[in-house]
Order: sequence, then structure tokens, then C-alpha cells
Amino acid sequence: MANYTEDDLAKELKDQEYKFGFVSDIDTDTIPIGLNEDIVRLISSKKEEPQWMLDYRLNALAIWSTMNEPSWAHVKYKKPDFQSIAYYSAPKQTKKYESWDDVDPEMKATMTKLGISMEEQQRLTGVAVDFVMDSVSVATSFKEKLGELGIIFCSFSDAVQNHPELVKKYMGSVVPTQDNYYATLNAAVFTDGSFCYIPKGVRCPMELSTYFRINAGGTGQFERTLVIADEGSYVSYLEGCTAPQRDENQLHAAVVELIALENAEIKYSTVQNWYPGDKNGLGGIFNFVTKRGVCEKNAKISWTQVETGSAVTWKYPSCILKGDNSVGEFYSVAVTNNYQQADTGTKMIHLGKNTKSTIISKGISAGKSQNSYRGLVQIHKNAHNARNFSQCDSLLMSSECGAHTFPYIECKNNSAKIEHEATTSKIGEDQLFYCKQRGISEEKAIGLIVNGYCKEVLNQLPMEFAVEAQKLLTISLEGSVG
Amino acid sequence: MITIKDLHASIEGKPILKGLNLTVKAGEIHAIMGPNGAGKSTLASVLAGREEYEITQGDVNFNGVDLLSLSVEERAREGLFLAFQYPVEIPGVSNINFLRTALNEIREHKGEKGISAKDFMSLVREKSALVELDSKLASRSVNEGFSGGEKKRNEIFQMAMLNPILSILDETDSGLDIDALRIVANGVNQLKTDQNATIIITHYQRLLDYIIPDFVHVLYDGKIVKSGGKDLALELEEKGYDWIKNNTLN
Repeated sequence: MANYTEDDLAKELKDQEYKFGFVSDIDTDTIPIGLNEDIVRLISSKKEEPQWMLDYRLNALAIWSTMNEPSWAHVKYKKPDFQSIAYYSAPKQTKKYESWDDVDPEMKATMTKLGISMEEQQRLTGVAVDFVMDSVSVATSFKEKLGELGIIFCSFSDAVQNHPELVKKYMGSVVPTQDNYYATLNAAVFTDGSFCYIPKGVRCPMELSTYFRINAGGTGQFERTLVIADEGSYVSYLEGCTAPQRDENQLHAAVVELIALENAEIKYSTVQNWYPGDKNGLGGIFNFVTKRGVCEKNAKISWTQVETGSAVTWKYPSCILKGDNSVGEFYSVAVTNNYQQADTGTKMIHLGKNTKSTIISKGISAGKSQNSYRGLVQIHKNAHNARNFSQCDSLLMSSECGAHTFPYIECKNNSAKIEHEATTSKIGEDQLFYCKQRGISEEKAIGLIVNGYCKEVLNQLPMEFAVEAQKLLTISLEGSVG
Repeated sequence: MITIKDLHASIEGKPILKGLNLTVKAGEIHAIMGPNGAGKSTLASVLAGREEYEITQGDVNFNGVDLLSLSVEERAREGLFLAFQYPVEIPGVSNINFLRTALNEIREHKGEKGISAKDFMSLVREKSALVELDSKLASRSVNEGFSGGEKKRNEIFQMAMLNPILSILDETDSGLDIDALRIVANGVNQLKTDQNATIIITHYQRLLDYIIPDFVHVLYDGKIVKSGGKDLALELEEKGYDWIKNNTLN
């Protein structure tokens, strides 16, 4: 990775179309479209779930059927027809994978194309990977090595079977079933996802990574991720997403819950590159995601996201700073091009004393896209000496795009200190000219300028991810200055 | 090296250059002086290829190629360097990364391989010493938070790194104190060879105390109205630009 040069980037730029748009020819087991109690029961029985899990789902479905789809976000899209989606699709498999060698060769090929060859990863980087295709988790690496430390890293379904006490205790504890329309839908029909538990005092020695892939057409992806860092532990968790190029809009409605117990720290990084739709706004993923974490005393949760994909993005990774002295951070780069729309930001809920939060949001809009930052900083009445610093910058690449900032501040304790800075700038003709006068092509110049603009956020990402994210940013903005 | 013939250029329909002629040979230093609004910076911008300017007439031959037909970056890769009057800040992009990208683009254009990290860093050390640029500045973001003097020294540092054949210094002396002026001039003098050439655009004579030009030209109302040796600069300083204006009117 260290040898990655500008030339490599130039080569990749030639292949600038959405490069993950392929479809893998893998037999899938897909259930009929539609959403009702029978479907939920079918999903649950396919997964051979215990009764308590089925009850959880049915309760969610009952609540969901009374809810209305929210419309407050600054995005416009045709509402999905929830009855025309297949809620479960899984690569067909005759038996459970016992080891990497059992994995379908076509599946392995898919992973390699996505740049996540597990053999490579296992050998070189020491990143443990969980791969979720369509609805199920197909492979988790490094299980044994992690197991020695008492770390549990497995698919959500495995966790339901093997660690029901943890799942029962924490699932829905941060994002309750009735939380919001999409989270409730997810609670009814979620099919798989990742589960991670770090025991007391353990510092996870490697990055844990989940790779989400929507492959089958006509399906939605509803995964659930639950990360629990027990007292005094540390984990860095990575999440990557891609999907094939299709003319239809596909729905992705995930729920991520993080629990950082006393003195624990969770770092959660996402590079979201779902298919964004074509130049005319046809197709693309609707990415409606609920991500939230809770911090107990002295704990810390740090969200970092690089969002370049999806036709419509609606997500607000948030922190509930419940314990005294806990810390929440949100670092975000959201890029929109062509007809993409993003309404993203965070919520920092200060409940404990001396709680601190930092929000750094960098929006980049190009083409005819709309990019909104929406953030809430809430200081409750017992949150003495709470601190927040927010910085929201917008960079405009064209004259037809839009950048919007919606900061909300609610403060009920007058010892709090809240700072908010916001800037909007247009990519400078002067900067481009300066680069070009030094011999740098326009493409590379845009890459340099944009990556420089996002540096504070990219610096938060683990090395391998940062390189990937830089490439993505440059590719997403190809030829977009105007 | 460069031959400018009957160059006319305008911005938003307003003519600025009105038939400028100039020939610069390898190994020479030319100074272009003139009052505000004479077209000095326009000349620099037009040669570098700024798109706001429209060339209405004339041609420019740069080492055998038609300069005006090339894009901004192609001109740079052919060896034309502009030291900016107002160097631009690029937040988050380190000077080092910026220069390495530029250097490799130029090398690729010449059919050379990219420079290794080791060779690049020793080049950085060598060239930053030339303009007494703190090595910390080399790793900071391009011009961000630099003082006026540091920005100008950084321009000369970039010039040293990219090793152009024709350098145009656009009001490089403006805003420099006497020490910075000496350092900048010293850098330019050390970079001079019989293979390259420099055009210094300046309003004041004082830079020319440190960089001795072979030729001095006076630009007035879009044309070169007087040319001479280094003494012309002194004469101008003494008599003021009104002397030129009156002469031209007569």
C-alpha cells in the first residue's frame, strides 16, 4: 500500500465508471416478495431462530405497520414499494462453511474483484473480515486467533445461536425497536450482519472488518451490527459496502448499535460505496441507516465515515454520552455527484458530566446533487461542563449542486460550551491554475485539492482504508468541475 | 528560447497587450518594468496560459513549439515556470506531496521514470537550503499559514525543484523585506545557468540590485517602449515613470 503512487491512481482513473457494478453468477435462495407475518416467520425459520427472536421480529412488524415513512429529510425520492421487495436472499449453500477452503469459488472470485481477497488479507494485513453478501454472512476470518483472547467476531445469526444472552441483553438497547421507520422495519426483517464482543480489558490486536455486498436483484439488504466493548477494552471496526449497477433502486436499511462500557473505546469506520445510480439519476441504492452508540463512564466512541455511494443517503451515526467524562466523535466526508442526494450528520446527546463531543463534517457536492449536513447537539440538564465543537464545511464543485447545513442545538445546562463553525467554498479556479502551472493535470489537481480538504477526516481512517478512500474520492469526482 | 511577436491580448473585451515583442535567449536575465496597469502581470498570465485572457493576435515560439497552442500544464511540462505574485494556498496538501506530483508529471512528459522517495527527499534538502527554507515548511500544507516572505521563498524553492528552462518571476519582490529579498535573489542567481533564462517582472528597481539583468525593458500601455541594459533601470528609478509616459506621448 505504501508504494501506491500517483501513476497507479492515474491508471485506476481510466477505469472511472463504478467498478463494482458487476453481478456474480451465484445461485441464490430468494424468498417471495412482499412483507407480512408469514414472511417474517419464514425468515426466522430459514435461520432456525429461537422463539424469542421470532417474537422480537413479530413485535417489530406490528409496530412498523402503524408507522409512517418520515419525510423531514432534505431528499426527494420515490418511496419504495415495500411489498415488491424480497426480504431474504442468500447465496445457496449446502453446508455451513467450516473453513475458508469450503467457500464457493465464484464467491471467492467476487471477493477478489472487490479487492478483499481473504487469503491476501489473512497473509498480509492481519485484518479479520466478515463478508455479508445479500442477506447472509458467508465468511469470517481469523476466528480462532481472536477466540484465544475471548473476542467473539461472527455473523449475527451465529451470535443468536451461540451467544443468546449477549444478543438478548444488548440488541435494541441503543436503537429500540420503535426508534424510527427504517430501524423498526430492520428489526422485523433483518437477515444477518456482524456481531462483535470484546471482553474486559482486551485490546483487539487487529482491525475487524465487515464487507457488505448486495448482489441479487429485486432484494433489499437489512443487516444488523452489534458491537459490544466490555469495560476497559478497545476495538477498531471497519465496514465497506458495494452493490451491482442496476436500473432499479434497491433498499438498504441497516441498524448498527455500539455499546462502549466503562473505560472502553470503539472506533467505527465506514467507506460506503453503494451503487450511486447512473449519470441521469437512474437506479442506485437507497441507503437508510440507523447507527448509534452509547458510552458509559470514561468511554469513547468515534465514528468515521466516507460516503461516496448511494442514490439517496439518510444516516446520522450518533453517540449517547451517558457516562461521566465520556467522549463522542464524528468525522465525515460525504460526496455527492450527478443526481445523488445525501442528508447525513450526527447526534451528540450529552447526559453525563464533563462529556465531550467533536463533529467534523466535510460535504462535497458536484453535478446536480444535493448534500445536506444535519446535526443535533443536545446538552441535558445534568450534563455539567459538557463541551462540543462542530465544524461543517461544504465544497461546491459545480454551479448546479446544492449544499445545506442544518445544525440543531438544544442546551439545558448553562455550564456547557458549544462551538460551531461552518464554511462554504467553491473549488478555486486559482488553486487549479496553480497546480496546472506546476505541470499537474486537472484530474490530479482535483484529487489533490479534494483530498487535502478532507484530510482531517481521512487521517482518522486506518491506513489501508485511507488509501482506498482517497481513490474513491478522486474517482467519484472525475470531470466534475464546472 | 522564447520569441514573442506582436502579441495582443484582452480581458473581457478590453485590450491590455497591444503588440508586444520580446526575444529572450538561453543564459539571459530580462527585467520587465513598468507602471501599474501597463500589462506586466497580464504578460505573465498570458504566457502561463490563464484562460481569462483572450489572445487576439500574435504568436509565441517557445523552444520551437507554438506556446499558445499548449494547455497550461503542457507549458509547465515544457519547462515554463511562473513564480506567482500571490501564491495560492492549498489546505491539507503538503508541499512535498504537491511537488512530487508535479515533478513526476514533468518527468513523465520527458519520458523519464518517476523519482524515488529517497532521491526526492535529498533533492528537497538540497533545494530548500538554497532559499533557506525551513524543512518544516516543506512538509506543511502548500502556502497555508506561510508569511508573505515564506510564500515567495516557497515559489523559488519550487522553481529550484522543478528546474524549468524559462522562469517568469511576477512581482516576486513585492511585500519582501530586505533580508527576504536578498535570500530570494540569491536563490535565483544560484539557479542561473547558460541553459535557462529568467524574466523578472517588477515595479521597482531594488530587486535588480541583487539580480543583475542583462536587459531591461519598459512596458507601457501594452507595448515595450524602451529597452536597454541594467542602467536603464537606474535611470527609470531616478526619473520616474512619467519620463516614459511623456516620451511616449511625444
